[in-house]
This record gives sequence, C-alpha cells and structure tokens, in this order.
Amino acid sequence: MNWTLALPEIVLALSGLAILGVGVLPRRDTYDASCMATIGAFILTGALVLGSPEGTAFGGQIVSDAFTRFMKLFTLGGAALALLLSLEWNRAEGIARFEYPVLVLFATLGMLVMISANDLMSLYMGLELLSLSLYVLASFDRDNARSAEAGLKYFVLGALSSGLMLYGMSLVYGFAGTTNFDRLADAMATPANVSSGVIVGMVFMIAGFTFKVAAVPFHMWTPDVYEGAPSSVVAYFATATKVGAIAVIVRVMAGPFGSLADQWQQVLMLSSLASMVLGAFAALRQENIKRLMAYSWISHTGFVMMGLAAGGDAGLRGVILYTPIYLLMSLGAFAVIVAMRRQGRAVETVGDLAGLARTDLGMAVWMAIFMFSMAGIPPLAGFFAKVFVFKAAIDAGLWTLAVVGVLASVVSAFYYLRIVKVMFFDEPAGALDVRPTGASFVMASTGLFNALFFLWPAPLVAAAQAAAAALLG
Amino acid sequence: MMAVSLAHYLTVSAILLVLGVFGIFLNRKNVIVILMSVELMLLAVNLNLVAFSAALNDLTGQVFTMFILTVAAAEAAIGLAIVVIYFRNRGTIEVEDISTLKG
Repeated sequence: MNWTLALPEIVLALSGLAILGVGVLPRRDTYDASCMATIGAFILTGALVLGSPEGTAFGGQIVSDAFTRFMKLFTLGGAALALLLSLEWNRAEGIARFEYPVLVLFATLGMLVMISANDLMSLYMGLELLSLSLYVLASFDRDNARSAEAGLKYFVLGALSSGLMLYGMSLVYGFAGTTNFDRLADAMATPANVSSGVIVGMVFMIAGFTFKVAAVPFHMWTPDVYEGAPSSVVAYFATATKVGAIAVIVRVMAGPFGSLADQWQQVLMLSSLASMVLGAFAALRQENIKRLMAYSWISHTGFVMMGLAAGGDAGLRGVILYTPIYLLMSLGAFAVIVAMRRQGRAVETVGDLAGLARTDLGMAVWMAIFMFSMAGIPPLAGFFAKVFVFKAAIDAGLWTLAVVGVLASVVSAFYYLRIVKVMFFDEPAGALDVRPTGASFVMASTGLFNALFFLWPAPLVAAAQAAAAALLG
Repeated sequence: MMAVSLAHYLTVSAILLVLGVFGIFLNRKNVIVILMSVELMLLAVNLNLVAFSAALNDLTGQVFTMFILTVAAAEAAIGLAIVVIYFRNRGTIEVEDISTLKG
C-alpha cells in the first residue's frame, strides 16, 4: 500500500487541525494569521500534489493520476485566491472570525478527497466533508437573516440531493456487487451485468451530481444561496467548489459508467439544453449582480454538460479545459463584486456599477475583460473554452446541443454587455470606496490570464489533454 | 410463514425514501419535520445497503452504513444549528416564511 499518494490530503488535514488548535488558544484576534496560514497550507499542498506519484492506494479507495493532479491544483489555487478576496471583506462586515479560513480549508480538503476518490465510499466521505463545511459557510454571517436563510435553504436541498445520490450508490452497489470504480468499470463492460437496477442507481447518482454542479433541474438553490450568503463565501462557492463538482461528475461518468454512455448521454443532453436556455433567459431580468452570476453559472454548466455528453477524448478535454478557464473568469468577476463598497457598505446591484469607468477606470477595464470572456468573445480565454466544447459536440454529432448553445451564448451576451454599458456609458452613481489590495491582486492576475491566454494556450491545452487521456486510459 | 427476501427489504426502503422526499416537499409546517425527513431518507439507504450486504455476502455495504450513520449525525447537528440561528433572526421556523430571497 502506497500511503504517500494521500500525502497532500494528510498534510492539509493536519494543518487544518493545527490552525484550529492555535485559533482557540489565545484571547487575541487570530483571524489574519489563520487566513495566511491557510493560504500557506494550500500552497504547500499544491507543491505536494505536483510531486505526487501515480497509482491507487488504500485498497483502491483513492487514485492519483494526471487528472486528479490537474483538478486538485486548480481547486487549491481557486481556494487560495478566494480566501485572499475574503480577508478584508469579512473584516469590514464584522465576520472576521478565525473559523472562516478553517472551514474553507476543510471544504477544500473534502474536494481533494472527492477528486481522488476511486470508490463510492471515499467519494461520499469527501462530498459530505465539502457539503457540511459549505452549509456552515453559507450561514456564516449568523446575525444576518438573509445569510441564515441561504444556509437553511442550501442545507435542506443539499441534504435531499445527498440522500438521492446515496440511494443511487446503494442500488449500484447492490446490483453490481462492488463500490470500487475499477471493478465497476470492468463489470459494466459486460452487457449481461448491466441490470436495470444499476441504471436506476446511476440516474439517482446523476441527480445528486447535477445538484452539486447546479444544472437544471436541480439548480433552484443557486440564485438564493448566492444572493443571501456573504459575498466572500459566494466567491468561494462560485469558483473552487465548481472545479471539485465538475471533476467528480467527469470521473464517475467517464470511469465506472464509461461503457454505459448510451444510457447517460441523453440525461446529460437534456440537462445541458435546459441549463443553457434557462441560465441565459432567467439572468436577463436580474438586478442583483450575485444573482446574475448564479444564472450565468447555470448557463455555463450547460456548456460543461455539453462537453461531457459529447464524451470521448475531445469532449473530456473540452470539459477539463473549461473548468480552470471558468474558475479564473469567475474569480475575477467576484474580485470586482467583493470590491463593490460605497461609504463602508457593501452594494450589489448592477446599477451600483454605473459610471465606474470615470471613477475607477482600472476596475472597469478588468470587469469588462471578465464579462467579455464570459460572453465568449475572442480572443479572450472564455472563447477558447467554448470553442473546444462546441467542436467536440459537433464532431460527436450533437448538432441540436451546439446550435442551442450558440443561441444561448448570444442571449447571455446581452446581460454581460449590459454590465459593460452601465460601467462605461451611464452617469456615475457616486464613487466606490478604495478597493482592497487582495481584490486588486486577484483582478489583475486573473484579468491578465483571460486577456493573454490566446498568446500561449499550449501548456494548459496539453495538460488538459493529458488529464483526459488519464481518465480514458 | 413467508420468508423475508431481499425484495421485501428493497420495497420497505423504497417506501421510506419516498416518504422522506414527500416529507420535504409537501410539508408546510416547520423545518424540524424536514430534518426528520432527511434522516428517514438516509435510513432508507442504510437499510438498502445492509440488505444488499447480507444478500451478496460482502461486508462493504455494512462498512458503508457505518460511515453514513456518522455523517448523518454530523449533518443533523449542523442542520439544527442552522435552524437555531435562523430562528434567532426571524423568530419563526415555518416553511412558508422562508421566502425572503426570490426572483
């Protein structure tokens, strides 16, 4: 047994416990120190992930390969940047408690476990570690009724979806006789082993996964939770956790259920179609920018599902490439949202950005880059993410999906461009406060990535290709 | 006397799962009932796993059940904690009142 495969997770778990221990000891304010220690732990874990060997360990419970490395690195990076964004925001809102970074750390640990899961059991444990931490984070601003309501809604719907997914897992275990991904894949390769019990179980599991990635028809929690939860928490929700959720659905669909593609392809196609259309149209009338980002994600999740439905080498590469690019657009947009503060109060409507170009040109330009990138306008990074997915869908013969996807992109371009128009051409609504350093740093780094990705796309595309090959291999 | 077969266990657990799901969606009274329904769903899963484990003569299902039991306990604790802070803010836990956020 090669326990060093789990070294990144072990180190992260121990540092979480250490930070928790230090946090409760003294009477002094340890918020900043524990945030910095958590970011340090993320960086250390990232280095360990880079150097981790390949193979399976703990009786086949966990696996490490190019795919897990790719997804874990972006999860950790996203979590570190999201935490950087929340440093000053939480302080200003009076929720600067040291439990915050610890919860983010354990949620991220849950995601790492989930990404390297090679068995339904380790998948479930990682998923619950993530979900339980997120329920608490959503209601972290505990004296605020909206935050409490967001936490409550997220908890109820999250528990429902975990229950459905577990029921599916129990059926898969019962009818296939194993919970191990490799053995499941072997069993499913023989058509005689594919009973209707396994198919029903798989559909239940897909229902649970679509909840986690917020795809239609299990998307309804997203706008409410995004609006109610503190912006710093939403910056984490909307970025790092999406990487984990996509990684796990890709792993399960391509791995154990790879040979059942005929069965799940239609489910994912329907979900993709509905997500793209609903995300595009429902966002049109949103004034609250966090709500708008929620619908924007629902629309993007449709594109991700399109790549997954297309399947094969090209489809998986498209999905795997989409994930980090979305992560970096969304982090940038949330850096702007976190920096939206007027006379010490957080503001969050599109109208509050009015005339931003005249009061803070830098932030307006970054925001415009993120919005153009999300709309998929060349030569920004978001365009390439969509091109790879659309190409895979067309090559796989999914014309309907590709055509609806392009039309949905056109509709959603309307609300992205409206934000740009409000920032550059409307009368100023009064200057925003000076933006925090953390937010400026995140805006500049993700903005540069989005703007300059087209100059040097080869390394990321090659890494995505290797990750897809590891999944199919 | 009729022997209890795997199918009987699966039927009972399917009924429990459906009761749990309906308890969440049809319930208009209060959130505590939702927490109970969630537990019911998890118990349905446990019953399923243990029945399969016995039928397959394989321990994995029972090990899985142990993990689910511990997670369910943690989940209930967090759920109740969230209900408590919600009640402190709003003074009610009626399901119909949970509608400040919409649009």
